[in-house]
Amino acid sequence: MSTVVNKAVNGTVSYVDDRTSIGGFVKFFARKLFPDHWSFMLGEVALYSFVILLLTGVFLTAFFVPSMNLIVYEGSLETMHGVIMSEAFASTVNMSFDIPGGILMRQMHHWAALLFNAAILVHMSRIFFTGAFRKPREINWLVGFTLMILALAAGFTGYSLPDDVLSGNGLRIIDGVLKSVPILGSYVSYWLFGGEFPGEVLIPRLFTAHVLLVPALILVMVALHLFLVFLHKHTQYPGGGKTDRNVVGLPLFPVYTAKAGGFFFVVFGVVALIAAVFSINPVWNYGPYDPSPVSAGTQPDWYILIVDGALRLMPGWIGNFPFEWEFFGFTLSLNILIPALILPGIFFGFLALYPWIEAWATGDKGEKHVLDRPRNVPTRTALGVAIITFYIVTVLEGSNDIIANLFHLSLNDLTYFLRVALFVAPVIAFLVTKRIAFGLQRKDRELVLHGHETGNVVRTEAGEYMEVHRPLDEQEIWLRVNYPNHKPLDIVPQYNEDGVRRKGYGWDRFKLSLSKFYYEERVEPVTPLEYLEAQHHGHGASEHEAIEADADTVSASADSHDK
Amino acid sequence: MIARLRFHRAAPYVLLFGLLIVLTAIAYFATTAREATAASDVSADDVMSGEKLFAANCASCHGLDAQGQDGVAPSLVGVGAAAVDFQVGTGRMPMQASGPQAPVKPVQFTDEEISQLAAYVASLGAGPAIPTDEMVDPELGDAAVGMELFRTNCAMCHGSIGGGGALTQGKYAPSLLETEPRHIYEAMLTGPQSMPVFNEANISPEGKRDIIAYLTFQEAGSAGGAALGAIGPISEGFWAWLVGIGLIIAATVWIGARAR
Repeated sequence: MSTVVNKAVNGTVSYVDDRTSIGGFVKFFARKLFPDHWSFMLGEVALYSFVILLLTGVFLTAFFVPSMNLIVYEGSLETMHGVIMSEAFASTVNMSFDIPGGILMRQMHHWAALLFNAAILVHMSRIFFTGAFRKPREINWLVGFTLMILALAAGFTGYSLPDDVLSGNGLRIIDGVLKSVPILGSYVSYWLFGGEFPGEVLIPRLFTAHVLLVPALILVMVALHLFLVFLHKHTQYPGGGKTDRNVVGLPLFPVYTAKAGGFFFVVFGVVALIAAVFSINPVWNYGPYDPSPVSAGTQPDWYILIVDGALRLMPGWIGNFPFEWEFFGFTLSLNILIPALILPGIFFGFLALYPWIEAWATGDKGEKHVLDRPRNVPTRTALGVAIITFYIVTVLEGSNDIIANLFHLSLNDLTYFLRVALFVAPVIAFLVTKRIAFGLQRKDRELVLHGHETGNVVRTEAGEYMEVHRPLDEQEIWLRVNYPNHKPLDIVPQYNEDGVRRKGYGWDRFKLSLSKFYYEERVEPVTPLEYLEAQHHGHGASEHEAIEADADTVSASADSHDK
Repeated sequence: MIARLRFHRAAPYVLLFGLLIVLTAIAYFATTAREATAASDVSADDVMSGEKLFAANCASCHGLDAQGQDGVAPSLVGVGAAAVDFQVGTGRMPMQASGPQAPVKPVQFTDEEISQLAAYVASLGAGPAIPTDEMVDPELGDAAVGMELFRTNCAMCHGSIGGGGALTQGKYAPSLLETEPRHIYEAMLTGPQSMPVFNEANISPEGKRDIIAYLTFQEAGSAGGAALGAIGPISEGFWAWLVGIGLIIAATVWIGARAR
């Protein structure tokens, strides 16, 4: 039996290979090595969520009617009997209540969308904190960043499709934000909504964007993202034998094909489980869109909360200073423009450009394939935590009414507190994180120089008590001493020996202050000399030979990094 | 209704006592028959027992003659039996401590005592009576009409299906998911605390019953599974991170660990 199967398989394979020469590609991919770490699978979560979105989305398009024509509801939901609503809303309710499996598909689609966005941020954080965005991966960071923005666009267009009160309120905010743009705003709003909000064309337009435009862009970007991963090869965590010139790992086939394939089903299972147990976006609770009502607890999905929160944080006045100005009969609504467009613009712009900002400070032109341990780049790690803190403050403010109600707080006081926290909390987070990173680095130094504490206290013949320390093994030492020790840049002086002013000095000054911000305060890795000295102090002369051997290991690992 | 309000607001001004009585009488006759029926169930004994209960439990704030004290407690003349049945029947009164709002707490009186208190307060001046069982029967209401009325009048504070929401300065619109139909009706009628009064010109008695039908419909639970508090996308987002990302990261660690 098995020979028959083998024969059939071989026949098919050679038939295909004879006509496509695909065998070479398969061999290439199958032998591609990947390093192993759980955090390398976070990006896969985003990819798999996207696959689930495509699968469930195909089901939903079969029943969704992207139309704003009004009809009278006649389906099985009692609270909607005889209610006038758009076909978009009616078809959403119908697919939830009258199509077998429809509600599960809707909920899987929506939970997968929340997870898609969350997984992207988690994956992005991993890339950030380990420095996987450094040369040559800056462009791929930008591709990933674009994917994050596209995911926001996909989420928001989809959230708005059912034409319910909740998402309609969100669109009204978008309308207001667009109109706050000087000069262009009202034209852009009229162009998007086909007239005054809400108009009658928006849902079909959003539908096209949601099922065609945005997913196509995401697919292209995902392809580019993965192609660049193959091109650059995967990064790896630091450790013995791992350098910027090799990849230590297992081949794609069979290990990672099995793991990644299995992992898809795990993600699928988690999404299906959550969707089967927990309700999400019950649009029949919110009702068909009507411009007049706004419910308590009106929020966007979590990934848009940064904008909602910023809008809620922004005061209309500070003292007697208004943020809404009028020039020659034109209104400039800075109270909307700043939180809804300028602040997210700066925030996301900073994220997009981060690899270059850090490269200016570091001044290192070499390729980096070994990841950083977050503690070894204290300023970057602290910046990352500060950014996350900033983001969380806006998310909390976006949820302010829910938080106030849940914890019996005053809504007003909570907003005042978070207004201050927006500026103060990231600074505190930065300082605290930096101290923690330095602390961990000092602990590493301590371990390398003096070894592990064993808890065994011995008394010497002279009556002296001391604790026995166990020296670290090679792998442990490699991890702790072998990292790039960045220092502030040396820049060429402003004037040369003839007293002539140098071009580009201002830019260099900027890079110098940036690199001082990053690297002026630092904990240096243990040098071979320090290691040797510590060994001499700690042990008797009889262990001399062993010490020399250890010192060789240290200098060898440091050398290999310099190459 | 309007006549009663004017009478109530005009109280601080000097008005002839006789005119008050005439207006009260007109208001009494102007109100619907059911209020007259409800009021007629009450005996003079009830009013007397209610007065004693009032003196012992309420008068320290509302005053011995229920005229209220400035900055402490409002006058109860003209609030009607419905207000008493709501405030005392949900445990909000007697108030335990001063704060932004009187919270729901265990009811302090028996049903009989509550009806005696209500009878006494109703005897002080005309006000809304306790609705009958038929008026609050969700079976007789239209949940779809109730949905639209709730959406327009109630959801901005109480949330889309009555899950509750925050107001300013620590006040809040409580969740209605566990509230008895009678108390929902009385709240609309009397406008307790921060809530506005929804009089009969605003929402008809049938409309109020439709709202009750809509809220009762929610007891059947969410069609999609656990409702996560029915407070909208915040709890959904929190859940996506906590359970979704949590389970998946646990899975990555598990799969990652197997390879070694």
